[in-house]
Amino acid sequence: MPSISDAPAVAFRDVVKTYHRHRVAGLKHTLLHLPQVLRERRVAGEFRALDGVSFEVKRGECFGVCGRNGAGKSTMLGLMARVLRPTSGEVRVEGRVAPLLQLGAGFHPELPGRDNVELNGLLLGLTRREVRERFDAIVEFAELREFIDEPMRTYSSGMWARLGFAVAVHTDPEVLLLDEVLAVGDAPFQEKCRAKMQEFRSRAVTMVLVTHSMPEVARLCDRALLLHASKVERLGTPAEVEERYRALVS
Amino acid sequence: MLQWSRMPRSLELLWALIAKDFKVRYKNTALGFLWSLANPLMFAAVFYVVFKHVLVMETPNYLVFLLAGLFPWQMTATTIAAAPAIFVSNAGIVKKVYFPRVLLPLATLGNNLAHFLIVLAVAAPVLVVAGFPPSAAWIVGLPALLLVQMSITLGLALGVATLNVYFRDLEFLTGVLVQLLFFVTPIFYSEAAMPASVRAGLLWNPMYHVITQWRALVMEGRVDGAALGIAAGVGAATLAVGYGVYRSLEARLAEYL
Repeated sequence: MPSISDAPAVAFRDVVKTYHRHRVAGLKHTLLHLPQVLRERRVAGEFRALDGVSFEVKRGECFGVCGRNGAGKSTMLGLMARVLRPTSGEVRVEGRVAPLLQLGAGFHPELPGRDNVELNGLLLGLTRREVRERFDAIVEFAELREFIDEPMRTYSSGMWARLGFAVAVHTDPEVLLLDEVLAVGDAPFQEKCRAKMQEFRSRAVTMVLVTHSMPEVARLCDRALLLHASKVERLGTPAEVEERYRALVS
Repeated sequence: MLQWSRMPRSLELLWALIAKDFKVRYKNTALGFLWSLANPLMFAAVFYVVFKHVLVMETPNYLVFLLAGLFPWQMTATTIAAAPAIFVSNAGIVKKVYFPRVLLPLATLGNNLAHFLIVLAVAAPVLVVAGFPPSAAWIVGLPALLLVQMSITLGLALGVATLNVYFRDLEFLTGVLVQLLFFVTPIFYSEAAMPASVRAGLLWNPMYHVITQWRALVMEGRVDGAALGIAAGVGAATLAVGYGVYRSLEARLAEYL
């Protein structure tokens, strides 16, 4: 087992995230109903996606986040990826975060795989030199050697996802955010992803896995958290969380 | 937000974003990159025919007069016309990955700047042949005008790109507003031909001094320090407002996309 240091890789302290329920629909509405719009924004229009959430993920830990649709999982991932900011409370994430949310989100269909690898690597925080150094390993991992100079619109969705996964895992992440993405590619590729995750585990990379799949959590995670109605319903071992989840679903 | 320690990385990303736009822009077109040149030239041809032969403008060297304003104008017009889509069409990455989002409008501006510089490089020998060789004033005038115009353009683009995330109506307004700005800027007509009352109104246009000074630089080989100073002030103010809008709404950008 890797040594797990005491400093948390991810720390949420009393995090609240609210969204405006009545998002301003358009200029016409805003201008014609200005007093009403301002009033509504103050009074009625808020939805708490996360409500006083606190937990810590230790460095090197594999941490599962479970919950039904709308429980606040995506909001939590967005906060960890620093894309969203908490309304109140504190979110701390130590080190380089590689979000694997919707793989290949930054790819442009008209450009060849080669250009997209570079662009995606830079977006995920690598330098140009680092991308160049890792380019062969990325292409090798994605098994796309012969297609790398073809425009990505000619790729199948599996090839698209494989390249996205390959770039993300080659960014030396310290915190890896996985959003239901393990079901990518065919069986051999999935095997490769699992091997990569094992390698990350042995290198004390922190992993946060968001999923509906309880067997996956049980198999991969050290600890897990169950979100329900914007709050932490349960924080504990995968078995404990699974039990509570089953009780909630039934 | 841009952090100084991450500057080299951000510049590399900016460069890659500009290169991407460049490659994508004329992908799958037969003329490819030549369109950067052909597009403003065709524009100019239309105006030339209309205003030289149909509506008859009595301006000497009308073609040079026209191009001196039209080419720089297109850098601003194309950037602002593209601005509403900057964050909206990049929702995929803005919502998923954290990077300085200001790089996206910067890349759009950089892309249009590059096109303008290429047009300028091609136009320069033509100017020499036409009897308008670049003067010593270009050494100061060119970078100063570029800088001022880029500030105004970036300020407007930042504001439009950010606000359009919240008010998608802006997308439909922007095209008309750019068109309006075009007509109240002395590009195809001379400000000298306007009555004093109209001219006073034109001065409210942030692009007024930029375009008249481009033309003075090209046709008379000089720039007016006072006009350039005012334009610089307008540029700084526009950029400050645009960046202010961006900064105050940036935090919630991903939620509204």
